[in-house]
Order: sequence, then structure tokens, then C-alpha cells
Amino acid sequence: MTTARAPLEGSPGISRRLQTALYRHRAAQILLLLAPPVGWFGVIYLGSLAILFVSAFWYLDPLTSAIRHDFTLANFQLLLGSSVYRTVALRTIGVAAIVTLLDIALAFPIAFFMARVATGRLRAALFALVLLPLWTSYLVRVYAWRVILGKGGPLDWFFGLIGLPDVSLGYSDLSMVIVFTYLWLPYMILPIFAGLERIPTSLLEASADLGARSGMTFRRVVLPLVVPSVAAGSIFTFSLTLGDYITPQLVSNTQFIGNVVYESQGVVGNVPLAAAFATVPVLVMGVFLLLMRRLGAFEAL
Amino acid sequence: MRGFGLRVATGAVLLFLYLPIGIIALYAFNADRGQSWPITDWTTQWFGIALDNPTLRNALVLSLEAASGSTIVALVLGTLAALVVHRFRFFGRETVSLLLVLPIALPGIVTGMALNATFNTFHVPFTVWTIVAGHATFCVVTVYNNVIARMRRSSRSIEEASMDLGATTAQTFRYVTFPVVRTALVAGALLAFALSFDEVIVTTFTAGTQETIPIWILNNLRLPNQRPIVNVVAVFLVLLSLLPLYLAQRLTRDGSAAGGRV
Repeated sequence: MTTARAPLEGSPGISRRLQTALYRHRAAQILLLLAPPVGWFGVIYLGSLAILFVSAFWYLDPLTSAIRHDFTLANFQLLLGSSVYRTVALRTIGVAAIVTLLDIALAFPIAFFMARVATGRLRAALFALVLLPLWTSYLVRVYAWRVILGKGGPLDWFFGLIGLPDVSLGYSDLSMVIVFTYLWLPYMILPIFAGLERIPTSLLEASADLGARSGMTFRRVVLPLVVPSVAAGSIFTFSLTLGDYITPQLVSNTQFIGNVVYESQGVVGNVPLAAAFATVPVLVMGVFLLLMRRLGAFEAL
Repeated sequence: MRGFGLRVATGAVLLFLYLPIGIIALYAFNADRGQSWPITDWTTQWFGIALDNPTLRNALVLSLEAASGSTIVALVLGTLAALVVHRFRFFGRETVSLLLVLPIALPGIVTGMALNATFNTFHVPFTVWTIVAGHATFCVVTVYNNVIARMRRSSRSIEEASMDLGATTAQTFRYVTFPVVRTALVAGALLAFALSFDEVIVTTFTAGTQETIPIWILNNLRLPNQRPIVNVVAVFLVLLSLLPLYLAQRLTRDGSAAGGRV
């Protein structure tokens, strides 16, 4: 066994003494272990977020198009005052909410089947089948839908087949909602499955013994118990939709917060305005996380 | 029959999840450059053409480099963070987990923009390292979560026994802690690698003019001429996604064996 060999391989005295000294000094140990990860996140990540936040209060010189490092609230005034930005923000939040609700509706039956009906190998196989799309490239899955929704593509062909030759989704708001629902569905199925699996069977039997039919048991016993899991899944579906700008660009003609941010930053070069608008999803996500925490999402993650 | 409705709904959802992937796989064999359905002429020529595409090969190399770099950084930082949070009680301990989850909880566009603003402010040129900086930031949490979950399940007393028998901290880590968390490290690394390899939103802000595979797809999917090659790349990526599933299955088998040994 390795454990018997280890002391014989003994490191040279100085290294051993150093390690012993270190073992006695907890603070030094904590500091040494903590320095690389906290250094990386503190400097690179939080530092970057701070720069982004501060730059939201700078402005673009109208004459030279250079960024002026002087404090102004002009970006936020522009965002709050303009109906264009408000519409984009509300649309993004609205679509994120609709996608979340659709995913909950679609996830429930399959999660219920996996957790309460399927057993053994069937359950394991279903679990793998739900998990697998998450490993498949996000962009490939959006691209697949772009092809399916395209003019004369599989979906148009299907509508013709069932006698609706004039119907075509094309690249539209509805298409975007479908694709988002498709993309994040596994993120909703998996937590609901885990939540349903945790419910003791005796609870359902007790409800039935007390005279509740299966519908009643579902509403009064099962649903309240899986609220935290639904909330946990919602964090993924809501946040991922909120921050996306690739899907709207590929399967619809609408703009999300992300599209406006990307264009202001990349095309127009107005980093301060982009930074100011980027605070909107952060704030919305903050409020959403607080709400979901009250529903017990973090215990179910 | 009880549960018939559930069965139908389950089947429908699985169809919804897999039909698009199946359809895109068929398109890779479409002789026509267009997108019209049904496909009438079939060919395998696009696979060879895709293989000979130098831009695509460079993109693949860059993606592999970025994913390897991010995975290594994530392994080191994630393991260190898991060790310190699991072992010690200290001021700000809860904040560490929150800090590591933040890049996943916040929209990717915020992380991307923030890093982009920093690179621009300090005139950092866009290289594979700027991509790694972005990817590693959200990959650390996958390693951290896997390792800390494993540590919580294993007993601290075996490490104490090792120290009591005279092993140094380094030896204890090498011979006791590491074997316990090894499979968790592999699982975390797989997840980190896949996340990085697939990432597109943060990458659009940290790559400059460099092309990773996802960026290449994004730049080429609108060009009718390139469409057949994009289809081939899509199939390649779908097949690639089966690999971690296969490895994970092998891993859990080895994992339970290793668990028995310890």
C-alpha cells in the first residue's frame, strides 16, 4: 500500500520542517491556499466588473468619439427616458418569463415519469437522454433550429404535409421562444426530477388513504413540495435567456438587451452606454435570485 | 391504462429534444448547398472538404488550446478553493462559494463585457490567454463543486491518520487526499473542458479577431457557400458530445471501484 511507502520516500529535512511549520500556522495555510483563487477572482473578475460598473458613469465625447473619464448620469437618463431601451428591456424580461413558464409545463410530465414511474435501467437511460443535450454544443442546437425554421425547411414542409401550406414560423418572436424553451429544457427537467424523487412514497399513500384522488394529491401534496426545485430550475432558464444575444440574432428579428449591449460596445464603440445597459440584467437577476431564494431554490440546487 | 398520458408526454419531450439534432445530422449528407427539405441528393463529400479547410483546422486548434488552458487553471484554482473552504472556518468563507458561482449566475454578456473593458483599458492584446481568462473564470466552479462534494462525503480522519503516521502535508495530499478526489477532479475537468470548448458569448468579447470553433460557426453560418461545412462541423460536435457521457459512465464504474479500495 502507498501509505506504508510514503514516509520512507521522506522529503528532505528543510521541506519537511517547512511543512510542519506551515501545519502549525493555520492562518498561513489558509492564506496560501486562498491566495490563487481569490487573487484570480478578486483581481481579474471583480476588478473587471468594477471597471465595467465605473465606465457606466463615463461618456462618449460627441466630437471625438473618445471615452471621457468624467462622472455623468447621462447614460442612465438616456436609458430611462427612451422608450426604445425600455421596450427592449421589457421584451427580454418578458421572453425570459414566458420561456421559464413553458419549460416548467414541459418539464413536469417527463420529470414525474422519470421520478415516480420509471425504475432501474429505464430511469437511468432517461436521465442520460435528458442530460446529453446539455453536453451538445449550444450553437449547434440553435443552428439546427435555424435550418428547421428556414424558408422551405423541414418545418414548412411539415406544415404543408398536414394541410397548412401557408403557415410558416420563419425567424420570428414565436420561433425565438420555441428555441429558448428547447435550449434550456433539460435545466428545468433535472431539478424537478430530483425534487420529485425526494418525496417519500408514504406521503402520497397517506394522501390517498385520506381520500384524495391523484389530482388532489398532486395539487395539495406534490406541488408544494417541488416549488423549491422549480425555483432552482427557473434560475437557469431565466438567467440564460436574459443574458443571451445569439439566439435572438439567429432565429428572430428582434433585439434583446444583449444585442443592444453588444452593438453599442462593438459596433458603435459606446462602452459607457453598453455598460449602463448591462447593469439592467444584473439588477433583474439580483431581484430574481432574491425571489427564488424565498421559494427555497438554494436548498434544492 | 394508468400513466399512458405520462408516457406519451415523456416521448414527446424526448422527440422535441432529439429531432433537431437528428435533422441537422442528416443535412451534413445533403448534396445540395441549400436548406430545402426533404433532402433529395446525398453525398459524403463535405466531410473531406471540411477536413481540408485550414481556417477550420486553426479554429479547432485554438479551441483545444483555450479549453486545455481553462481546464488547467480551473483544476488548480477549483481544488485550492475546495480544500480551503472544506477544511477551515474563516472570515468570508461563505463569500468564496458565492464569488465562484457569480460568473455562472450573472449573464455571460456581463462577464464578457467586463473583461473586454479591462483588456481595452490596459491595452492587453487579444490572444489565447485572454480567451482562457474568460473561460477559466466560469469553469472554476465546476471543479470546485465536484471536489468539495467529494470531500464532504469522505472522512477527514484518514488524512489525520496519515499525518499521525508521519506523512508531511504534501505526502498526505499526494497519497491520501488526491486518490480520494481523483474521479471528482476528472469529472470537473471534463465539464470545464466541455464548457470552454462550447462557449460563445464570453468568447465574442475576449477573442478579438481570433476564431474558436463556435466563433467560426457563428461567422460562417450565414454564408450560403459555407453552409455544408457548417453542417459537417455540427455533426462533429454532436458526436463529440457523446464522449463525455461515455467517459462519465466509465468513470462512475472506476469511481465505485476506487471507493471500495479506499
